[in-house]
Amino acid sequence: MEIIRLDDSVRDEFPLIKEADIAYLDNGATTQKPECVIEAVEEYYRRHNANPLRGIYELSVEATDAYEESRQAVADYIGAGDASEIIFTRNASESINLVAYSYGMSVLNEGDEIIVSTAEHHSNFLPWQRAADAKGARVVFFDPEEDGSFDLNKLKDLISEKTRILAMTQISNVIGRINDIKAMTDLVHEAGGVAVIDGAQAVAHIGVDVKELGADFYAFSGHKMYAPMGIGVLYGRKELLDKMPPFLYGGEMIETVTKERTVYAELPHKFEAGTVNVGGAVGLKAAIEFIDRYGFEQIVARENALTAKVVNAMNDMPYVKIIGGRKACNHHGIVAFRIEGVHPHDVAQIFADAGVCVRAGHHCAEPLHRYLGELAGTRVNSSTRLSVGIYNTEAEIDRFLDVLSGIRSRMGY
Amino acid sequence: MADINNTLYNEIINEHNLRPYHKHSIEGANYTLEGVNPSCGDEITLHLCVDGEIVKDGAYEGEGCAISQASADIMLDMIIGRTKADALHLCDLFLRMIKEGITEEEKEELEEAGILESVSHMPARVKCAVLGWRTMREIFEGKD
Repeated sequence: MEIIRLDDSVRDEFPLIKEADIAYLDNGATTQKPECVIEAVEEYYRRHNANPLRGIYELSVEATDAYEESRQAVADYIGAGDASEIIFTRNASESINLVAYSYGMSVLNEGDEIIVSTAEHHSNFLPWQRAADAKGARVVFFDPEEDGSFDLNKLKDLISEKTRILAMTQISNVIGRINDIKAMTDLVHEAGGVAVIDGAQAVAHIGVDVKELGADFYAFSGHKMYAPMGIGVLYGRKELLDKMPPFLYGGEMIETVTKERTVYAELPHKFEAGTVNVGGAVGLKAAIEFIDRYGFEQIVARENALTAKVVNAMNDMPYVKIIGGRKACNHHGIVAFRIEGVHPHDVAQIFADAGVCVRAGHHCAEPLHRYLGELAGTRVNSSTRLSVGIYNTEAEIDRFLDVLSGIRSRMGY
Repeated sequence: MADINNTLYNEIINEHNLRPYHKHSIEGANYTLEGVNPSCGDEITLHLCVDGEIVKDGAYEGEGCAISQASADIMLDMIIGRTKADALHLCDLFLRMIKEGITEEEKEELEEAGILESVSHMPARVKCAVLGWRTMREIFEGKD
């Protein structure tokens, strides 16, 4: 595919970005959608919509093709061996729930351990807490260091013959550092466990190859990578998925059903009960094509330059504390921070009033905030977060920094 | 947007937030209740010394955004020395101001607390502004 030069003109592809006078810097929460994605979804509903996978007529075949082509596009995008290893879900949370309920509930026994990083988004923690409760297993926490890194020696110490699962994020939605997933999956595999990787903050921002990472399961949402809301992905290794029981039961996920017994469908349909979200899958394929047109070499360079600019400027503001350390190279699109004496909600409010969209709160990572507070000897239950996307510009970062530098005086300091 | 902003973080709010008059512990409180906004982590522990029908003294401790803290400080300014019934009446006015709006005369009754009216246009901040007031009402009337 021909690579297009990536510069500020990419903004013209995003109707909302082009038309609104805002600096949208909350891409970790969700991204805006390019015209090509909006059009692909519209085109599907205008010309190809039917219930896929069952109709004999031409329209249903078209819908089926559109859906399965999207699955193949996702498989190619993340380096899965086979399209049947790609399960469409609603979002990363549902993907991880699928693993916890289907795989977790099957393999976990009393006394088994699930290692969960303390930096996990609640979506890669709560399903494990639930599975552990249900099966008498135990969640063991893998704490990051103060600079947001993870020490592999700590993980070695946590892993034992009881370890069944490691739940780990590739890029924490608060810290923004790329974790050494390959080294971690190697360690957990040596102990006979599997690794469930949350890729929600990675897939739009760095090239991902699930095989290279050694991920047994890899989950992400479409809406954080320029695709519509309501479509998500679970990658799972085929030999694991094959043995797992279904998660949701109902339409479209069977071979035969009699009053006495049911034979479930082959992968991936075994895990896709009910009428699926073809429009969302089509939009996800268009988003992948959009990203591929620019390529990660350019995307990474552009986004890292923006976060580096933010971190470097913050380093000159002694009252700003960055979560995950002051090294610009460790922040991949995400900079969460606290301003001394000003509550994150007030910070975000002042940004909002200046047309700058950033997020305040615990970012669905309450244990991480509490842990970081303990490390720092204070109470930390929230932060403000800037997260960039492909369309953000230097000018927007300047606008952000301009507001940032005035916040303390606005609050009476 | 700029207008709302200017009225929200004004000198009065900033002053109550940075140099609160009532943010401390007190002795002899016969009512103490914690109010929390679970979604954003604002926390207030409200202490009241009530003698018969009169709120003799009060204080709060807690952590949270400027709106939640300043609102609680302003509330205590207003209710200390008043009757329970007065305090509940002011609470009713305050909550109505945020939720549906009140008349100019009613707003005058709210004195300084009236400056928080602009919060009514900010759904995400409503909970912050009403935290102290709801906690006070819960002390007197129980949970709603």
